[in-house]
Amino acid sequence: MSVQFTVNEEPVELDVPGIRRLLDVLREDLGLTGTKEGCGEGECGACTVLLDGAVVDSCLVPIAQVDGHAVRTVEGLAPRRPDARNPATPDNLNLLQRAFLETGGAQCGICTPGMLMAGEAFLASGQAPTDPAIREAIAGNLCRCTGYTKIIEAIALAAARREAPG
Amino acid sequence: MTIRPPLGRIAAPVTLRPHLPSSGLVTPSAPFRREGPAKLTGTALYTDDLVFPGAWYGQTIRSTEARARLLGVELDPGFDWTRVVVVTAADIPGANIVNSIQDDQPILAVDEIRHHAEPVALVAAPDRALLREAVAHVALRTSPLQPVFDPLASSQVFAHYDIQTGDVEAALAGAALVVEGEYRVGHQEQLYIENNAMIAVPRDDGGVAVHGSLQCPYYVHKALRRSLLLSDAQAQVIQAETGGGFGGKEEYPSILALHAALLARACARPVRMIYDRHEDIAATTKRHPAIVTYRSGVSADGRLVAQEIEIVMDAGAYCTLSPVVLSRGTLHAGGPYACPNVRIRSRAVATNTPPNGAFRGFGAPQTEFAAEMQVNRIAEALAVSPLELRRRWLYRPGDTTPTGQVLRESVAAEEALERAAEASEFERVRARTAAARTSRVSRGDAADGHLAHGIGLALAWHGAGFTGSGEVHLESVASVELTGDGRIVILVGSTEMGQGTKTIFPQLVAEALGVPMDDVEFAPQDTSIVPDSGPTVASRTAMVVGGLVIGACRRLRAVVEERSGAPFADSYRADAQAHGPTRIDEHFEPYPGVDFDDTTYRGDAYPAFGWASAIAEVDVDLDTGEVAVRSVVAADDVGRVIHPVLAEGQVEGGTLQAVGYATIEEIKLRDGRYLNDRLATYLIPTALDAPRIETILVEAPFSGAPHGAKGIGELPMDVGAPAVVAAIHDATGVWIHDLPASPERILAAMASRDAESQG
Amino acid sequence: MIEPPLVSPDTLSAAYRLLAEAAYRPISGGTDVLVALSGGLGAPPERLLDLWRLDELRGIALDGDALIFGALTTYAEIRRSAVCRDLLPAFVEAAATIGAAQIQNRGTLGGNIANASPAGDMLPVLLATDAVIVAGSVRGERSIPAASFWTGYRQTALAGDEIVVRIRIPLVADRQVRFRKIGTRRAQAISKVVIALSWVSAAPAEPWRSVRLGLGSVAERPIRATATEAFLEGRLPTSDTANTASVRVAAEIEPINDVRSTADYRRAVTGRVLYRLIREAGDW
Repeated sequence: MSVQFTVNEEPVELDVPGIRRLLDVLREDLGLTGTKEGCGEGECGACTVLLDGAVVDSCLVPIAQVDGHAVRTVEGLAPRRPDARNPATPDNLNLLQRAFLETGGAQCGICTPGMLMAGEAFLASGQAPTDPAIREAIAGNLCRCTGYTKIIEAIALAAARREAPG
Repeated sequence: MTIRPPLGRIAAPVTLRPHLPSSGLVTPSAPFRREGPAKLTGTALYTDDLVFPGAWYGQTIRSTEARARLLGVELDPGFDWTRVVVVTAADIPGANIVNSIQDDQPILAVDEIRHHAEPVALVAAPDRALLREAVAHVALRTSPLQPVFDPLASSQVFAHYDIQTGDVEAALAGAALVVEGEYRVGHQEQLYIENNAMIAVPRDDGGVAVHGSLQCPYYVHKALRRSLLLSDAQAQVIQAETGGGFGGKEEYPSILALHAALLARACARPVRMIYDRHEDIAATTKRHPAIVTYRSGVSADGRLVAQEIEIVMDAGAYCTLSPVVLSRGTLHAGGPYACPNVRIRSRAVATNTPPNGAFRGFGAPQTEFAAEMQVNRIAEALAVSPLELRRRWLYRPGDTTPTGQVLRESVAAEEALERAAEASEFERVRARTAAARTSRVSRGDAADGHLAHGIGLALAWHGAGFTGSGEVHLESVASVELTGDGRIVILVGSTEMGQGTKTIFPQLVAEALGVPMDDVEFAPQDTSIVPDSGPTVASRTAMVVGGLVIGACRRLRAVVEERSGAPFADSYRADAQAHGPTRIDEHFEPYPGVDFDDTTYRGDAYPAFGWASAIAEVDVDLDTGEVAVRSVVAADDVGRVIHPVLAEGQVEGGTLQAVGYATIEEIKLRDGRYLNDRLATYLIPTALDAPRIETILVEAPFSGAPHGAKGIGELPMDVGAPAVVAAIHDATGVWIHDLPASPERILAAMASRDAESQG
Repeated sequence: MIEPPLVSPDTLSAAYRLLAEAAYRPISGGTDVLVALSGGLGAPPERLLDLWRLDELRGIALDGDALIFGALTTYAEIRRSAVCRDLLPAFVEAAATIGAAQIQNRGTLGGNIANASPAGDMLPVLLATDAVIVAGSVRGERSIPAASFWTGYRQTALAGDEIVVRIRIPLVADRQVRFRKIGTRRAQAISKVVIALSWVSAAPAEPWRSVRLGLGSVAERPIRATATEAFLEGRLPTSDTANTASVRVAAEIEPINDVRSTADYRRAVTGRVLYRLIREAGDW
């Protein structure tokens, strides 16, 4: 079926089977491999993206249900999208990415894109950045490297900086 | 069990002397993770992110029985097999052996299937739909054989050890208190969030390049050379960004690379083999289950005088690394306590279950869980604080281990223990939980609410680097090159899988050469570029390979400074212009004074030990047995901190893996098949299950390494589980001898305790 | 992953017509269907009917003495719903225990009901609150009481051409509802035992009436423990009541050993948690 939606504010039009997973559309049809697959059954959250601002596991969303909606992925976070000629640098990161870099919130990095999207949704929710609130916001994202400590720190740091810019 | 009166007065508090920094050691700092920006923007390329035009998709046909005679691989004649390729054992040019310690594991099974999910054949196809169709038309013809599942009933022994010192029987006979215990621990899955993944690409020279998620490029390299009959250059192994390993990508990638390479050879195209989670859990290695029994003797004056220990590890169907895992488990089984009479007998046996292998801690978490359970139970029997008992027994400089190793330096058991105890206010909390327990009992069970709080303590040691003469056999090489165009490049086979290799090595080099860290490059982990620095395992990277890198830098600096007569930083670019490239290959030299006899198991089992303490606080729901681990204070001795943020990250992550091991991570088997073979059924802690973790980095430098660093990755894995189980005991009054200490086990133990007290 | 054909009708009547013509597997938020499809669990359906565009099936509304939930109501919407928080807080509590934010944003009440898992977290609450499940098809709508909706292991009272369209939960004066899920961990957990208990009582000293005890994960389908309900009917939440009820319920259920837990544990915990709920109600 034909579907139209936006990814990181850019319009996309595709003709793909309606049941195809949003994850596969992103990674294979659009070449956006920043979003990762960890389990394919909605347990690990590595494939988390924002659909109209809400966190979803992209492995559980059929593309038919994305028609007419807006998707945001890790590729849409940095101010300028890095590519082969302009590799990612510490200076070209958004607030949350930068906080992850500073606190050590990313280790092996495979849960990181999904974790960032969960963190973005939390920041956008305007909730107070308490430890329990942050833990609940990332409870759908498994990490095996960090014990979550520095991820929670990163989200709290980004929240604090957003409140007190500069 | 005989119980003597409690021991005498509590010793005076220990005064700790901080370790003074000595010259030449690295200055800790926390630069950003090198590959951090790439990981944070989704541009870091993991195996499944790599694009190879025209690549086919590969899949493994696996056994569905635990043990059977393999009579044939049958291809449905109704299917058009010309559109796909199929590989069986007959298509392997070289040895049908996955290169490891023993030559027992086939790449593809031939006559006998020895475990569920064993690879038997391979299929590749140009697209996934056709692959799925082809796989559905392959059948295995088998006739069942009697499997063995109980390790105690297994007669096939892969390895065994016997360590003796003193006279255990006599010491036990004379002991005032003898405590016995049997402890069982189950499988644990590494659960890296990136599944095993490999892509093989045919090379023009008839060889193959494999790109994969892996810890040890040269293990894979050797396996490819041997079974595909390739030269050094024809076999090329390139590590893609790797989404976690924890041991699970130590030996397993060899078989996966062989599978992908065989298919690529058959279809003359790149072949992608990306496991899904189900296949990864069902088929890849786990932490060895173990049964550990103890008889510990305590003298009338409260000394630990005897330890008789027996260890049985379940290796699964093939040997893999089991002899080394068992060795480490055996050498650590006594715990970090001085004892004059010790006998440790151990064996790793075969069962018809998927092979077990490396996982953070590598045998030590299994036996140290048991060792710490013993100490905690002895403390209870003596009515002495578990902290106080450890103060009396722990290793101090000058003590001798069961292999006869004299601990001359870098001994920080006491400091790790005291700092964790102080930070957690162990005795104060313990007094409070004891009072709550007493009032609960006096007012009837659970009268003060259904949550019971508890605190528990554990202490451990962990040998840094390879066991015994392992490092000598590895002959590791690390190189640093000043290139002709004036760049400084680190050439090591050590991999980054999240732990920080790519960040700390440039740090070490920048310090050793006196240049900014940004001027130091890190060569890709590609066997055509970097030397064999040994595997990235055993917490050896920072200590051993890091030491070699510093050695190479010192030599490079001396060469350049001698030629230029000026400081390296000011002269190296001109030097490169004038003299062309200068590359220093630093080879491992045995640490002076470290000597181990592999045949008698006497001597210095490790060049140095790291020391760790964990203190956990839990809430146990007395209605349901559910455990919430609230906090863990972890004090870990890393020798020397290179990068505090990365070091803390290692401790935090290892601690949570240990908490999972203690509480919820469990694999049940039926007929040799894992039942928890999906992420919906094999559970690891979420952020809501994770405790608050406070990390204390202790520094007791190792003089054999130029920077004083020891390992860090595995230390927290040894202490987390016994600390949590001790805390559960403090809350509930029951000991859980088996891991995980699941709600089912806790409730059953409380029920049988209550039945006993009423009966 | 096998990708069966999927149609996405825009209206409920179009969906009914399609269902009348051929066998479709309905899919709402996808949190069950896609797990089964990509995991190769069971035979894949021949064709799928996407309900997601049917706005007629959305929304939470107060309708006289009942709360009405459209079948496509997500767990996140239940958690956010002020009316639900006020009038049926146990329902909000139950929704909060499902998966984590990603699943709560997509998983639907109708999906939970039609998927008919014995471990479905919302289902015991529906049983305990006398919920009515409204099914629709080209033949019209019919109401099915929750108590007779789940007929066996993953079996429902729905006909092949029917879908769940809405759920009606009667609001009863002086009714108390308690929910407790015992899971494998604190988020992203499938339940070992789910308990929903409700009763009507205007004052602490008044005996319990209309007692309902809905249980999940203790049988092949979500059940009501009717013998234990009968015992509790007309009693006060005393220590004796709690003791006997916990023994009764443990004897009444027939849980199994499986990958998540054991029969012994499920039986013991069901009894102990029921005891705890009665004790908390009795405030002793």
